[in-house]
Amino acid sequence: MADVNRGDRPLSPHLQVYRPQLTAITSILTRITGNALIVAVLLVVWWLLAAATSAEYYATANAVLTSWIGDIVLSLSVLGVWYHYLAGLRHLYFDAGHGLDIPTAEKLGWGMIIGSVVLTIITLLIV
Amino acid sequence: MRYLTDRKRAEGKGASGTGTEHHWYMQVSAVALAFLVPTFLFITGRAIGSSHEEVLATFAHPFVAILTALTLYAGMMHFNKGAQMMIEDYARGSTRKILIMLVIGISYATIATGLFALAKIAL
Repeated sequence: MADVNRGDRPLSPHLQVYRPQLTAITSILTRITGNALIVAVLLVVWWLLAAATSAEYYATANAVLTSWIGDIVLSLSVLGVWYHYLAGLRHLYFDAGHGLDIPTAEKLGWGMIIGSVVLTIITLLIV
Repeated sequence: MRYLTDRKRAEGKGASGTGTEHHWYMQVSAVALAFLVPTFLFITGRAIGSSHEEVLATFAHPFVAILTALTLYAGMMHFNKGAQMMIEDYARGSTRKILIMLVIGISYATIATGLFALAKIAL
């Protein structure tokens, strides 16, 4: 009953022994983009609070959001939003039991990556 | 004789203890956000960088105020549950509990702050 070989057992294959696969990369990027978006949300809510408070406070917050670093953070966040958006749609499609075979899943993965870049460029052009 | 039904004895025995509640919440909020986010991005993206008067006028509009409130609420609750799932995957014990409480606190504080700002602008 007691496991006398504790700590010296053969290990099952772990993440590190696999060639990176598109399905795994797109999955973890979904989590990273979704959670990273909190930064943009906090910035925008702060900006909105500043607008509600006074003209001087708004000028400060607006200057931060439109500075070069604010531009980088918000532009990357737009990419994050669109990536997470498409990943969410794919998740709903998967949940409904569709597209789970590998060729389709990989096509959807590339669709998300390319689609999010295209949507980001469109968004940055029109706003 | 057993007084509990089979269903009663099986309930809450799954890995999560709460069945599919979490997953269902994520699906519902994801669909809601799929409708809300594009318009929200367009309006807020345009408003950032404009003058103070323009921002006040934009968010005083009922449609924009309601859309922003809904996006903020649905978005932060979606974040709340999603971040909790991430923490549960990577942290254990007290660290896990503290981080989850922190995420819940940030979520509600952000919602409250955003709604307060919107109310002040729109009303």
